[in-house]
Amino acid sequence: MRHLLSINDITRDDMERILDRAAAFEEVSDRDIKKVPALRGRTVLNLFYEASTRTRSSFELAAKRLSADVVNFSAGGSSVEKGESLKDTVLTLTAHSPDAIVVRTPHAGAAALVAGWTPAAIVNAGDGKHEHPTQALLDAYTLRTKLGSLEGRNIWIVGDVAHSRVARSNILAFRKMGADVTVCGPPTLIPRGIEALGCEVRYDLSDLREADVVYALRMQHERMDQNFVPSLREYAANYQINGRRLGPHQILMHPGPVNRGVELSGEVVDSPQAVITMQVKAGVVVRMAVLYEVLAGARDERSAPRPTQPQLA
Amino acid sequence: MSIHEPTRPGAVSGVRLVCAPARPADLLLRDVHALDPRTGLDGRRDVLVSDGVITEIAAAGTLTAPEDACEVVEGEGRHLFPAFVDPHVHLRTPGQEHKEDLETGTRSAAAGGFCAVIAMPNTSPTIDSAPILGALLDAAAREARVPVGFMPAITRGLQGRELTDMAELRQLGAAGFTDDGRPVTDAGVLRRALQYQRLCGGVLALHEEDPALSGRGAMHEGAVSTKLGIAGIPSVSESTQIARDCALAGYEGARIHIQHLSARESVEVIATAKSRGVAVTCEASPHHLTLTDEDVRTLDTRRKMNPPLRAEEDRQALIEGLRDGTIDCIATDHAPHARDEKEVPFEEAPMGTTGLETAFSAVYTDLVLPGELTLALLVEKLTAGLGCIDLLVPSIAVGEPANLVLVDLAAEWVVGESGYESRSDNCCFAGRRLTSRVLLTVAAGAVAYRERSIMLVLSSGGPSLRGPEAET
Repeated sequence: MRHLLSINDITRDDMERILDRAAAFEEVSDRDIKKVPALRGRTVLNLFYEASTRTRSSFELAAKRLSADVVNFSAGGSSVEKGESLKDTVLTLTAHSPDAIVVRTPHAGAAALVAGWTPAAIVNAGDGKHEHPTQALLDAYTLRTKLGSLEGRNIWIVGDVAHSRVARSNILAFRKMGADVTVCGPPTLIPRGIEALGCEVRYDLSDLREADVVYALRMQHERMDQNFVPSLREYAANYQINGRRLGPHQILMHPGPVNRGVELSGEVVDSPQAVITMQVKAGVVVRMAVLYEVLAGARDERSAPRPTQPQLA
Repeated sequence: MSIHEPTRPGAVSGVRLVCAPARPADLLLRDVHALDPRTGLDGRRDVLVSDGVITEIAAAGTLTAPEDACEVVEGEGRHLFPAFVDPHVHLRTPGQEHKEDLETGTRSAAAGGFCAVIAMPNTSPTIDSAPILGALLDAAAREARVPVGFMPAITRGLQGRELTDMAELRQLGAAGFTDDGRPVTDAGVLRRALQYQRLCGGVLALHEEDPALSGRGAMHEGAVSTKLGIAGIPSVSESTQIARDCALAGYEGARIHIQHLSARESVEVIATAKSRGVAVTCEASPHHLTLTDEDVRTLDTRRKMNPPLRAEEDRQALIEGLRDGTIDCIATDHAPHARDEKEVPFEEAPMGTTGLETAFSAVYTDLVLPGELTLALLVEKLTAGLGCIDLLVPSIAVGEPANLVLVDLAAEWVVGESGYESRSDNCCFAGRRLTSRVLLTVAAGAVAYRERSIMLVLSSGGPSLRGPEAET
């Protein structure tokens, strides 16, 4: 695999291979000296145009555990605000010959755009509201660890689907791994035509009990100002996952950071059903596997002609 | 009532269409397939142009060139149409000449077979006052290769609040008024402009969308935008505003032209308004007739425009609207942007595609060749745009000024392969192989464009003039 831009671009076999390799890297994280020389001498550049602590540090740890050199480049605000265009920034950074660039931007398709401007391998760490493929992989990894397989499992994704790149990547990834997916949220936050991704749509939690896994999304405060929901109180009353709604055998997931008392009640965050910290832990090994895949796994493909612009949807 | 004053060929009212002086053509177009849907002309003819005016139309092979240096074009059955007109282009002058200027924009028009274009006022500064309009008309008289008219703004600075000095602008030759790029959001302001039209004349050309519904949308709202996670512009943003403005125009007895229809609902609204007698015309663009939101999946910013490329059912409704007459003309909304402005993430990119050089070929390839539209209908719609703003339409008839385009319907070319005449290269059809190519454009009596390979022979028996491509 040359780049990881979208779950859309990869097959179930690709996913399984990455998850298997992630499992193999688990052992490294448990060592006293948490390092293997797999990517020694390689340079990984984190190019982050959005505030992110967990995703960036997760990528940084993953690269370092594989002995790669890591450079972090953070830019406040959008490329336009900064004055230098995204393209010029990428060309400048490419002059340092990074082997991989991990890109997060507030704009859909930006990672794919970057892939066209540099010979480095590109890993999409979130492009606008489009996709966040490594999150989907680490969630699939977590579920595989908990359940053995996703085949035939019923996963509910609850909350602000419209503004969530996690929802988009996860619907695709969970479907690819054989699970059934239902999205649920206020009608104002369920985008038109989401069924085309292969999921069902519900507007209330009355059938939540049919879920094996409940995946709650972060509810962002600015959505209130834009009238997507009348108030956080009303949102919580209808969509909060709490002890009353969450069944005893259901797994609870969340991409973090959690708004306690909004999308999740405190008691479910702290319950044994929540696998939120497991997800964070999986983040490092899955990102190790992804970096290994694009840098070492595909070495023989690197001289192959570059494909034309990838289909993003 | 309307202010009238004598004008150049091509205009009936006080509107001024201006271009740089050029030598009137003396041209014999021999054995061309002349097609003019309005006069019913359809067959192989010889067409003689003398001093820029069509002086003879006769059976193919019957005319001989006059002795003096008249150019002869061997048509060999290739098609001759009245040249196209475009009531909706952005020439980016003044202020954004890095995207386009009067010379490059009109050269692009000529290369696409257009003999007249109307430029929009969303420039920097806005074309909203007599001095700016006057300066532009003067500049066009020096630089424009085909006649250009200008539509000044309805409201000062396109702010949607105060009307421009519409009567004064009309006296200078304004081709109508528009706030294109933006809707006139305040219905009260639009109503005043519609009332004022009784004094100054001039069609109001309207860009229709409701900003509250469009929001921060960057593409059509539908399954593709949902999958890409890009905020959508719903079809109803356009159609509801059109419904409002048709109602206002009907109430005030005013004359409006709706720009760049994109949605099925909009076609329905206009059909209803027309059936009720509202004086409304409308246009559709080649890209909305041939592309859909499926073509935006790669997030190619050249396919980001406003209104956005919509769904297949919308495209089909536009085609049907052309057939049944609901849609009056095809206009390109030629909107050049510099390459670095478009080489940014999709959501940040400016809206717009160039279109003048591909208009005929794109629609011919995608709609005429598969049999969805007839050639005659395409030619009619590409020559009707000035009629929509109450100006004359070009015609192939004896005594008419020569506004002609010679087209090779069999030629194939790849868009962008040999660059563009436009200063900008943001063409949504870039890389597409199209069938049919403009060979020669005569605008306002003068040759405005000649494809490099076209062979010209001087009637005096002089050497044949061949372009470099023809020699290799």
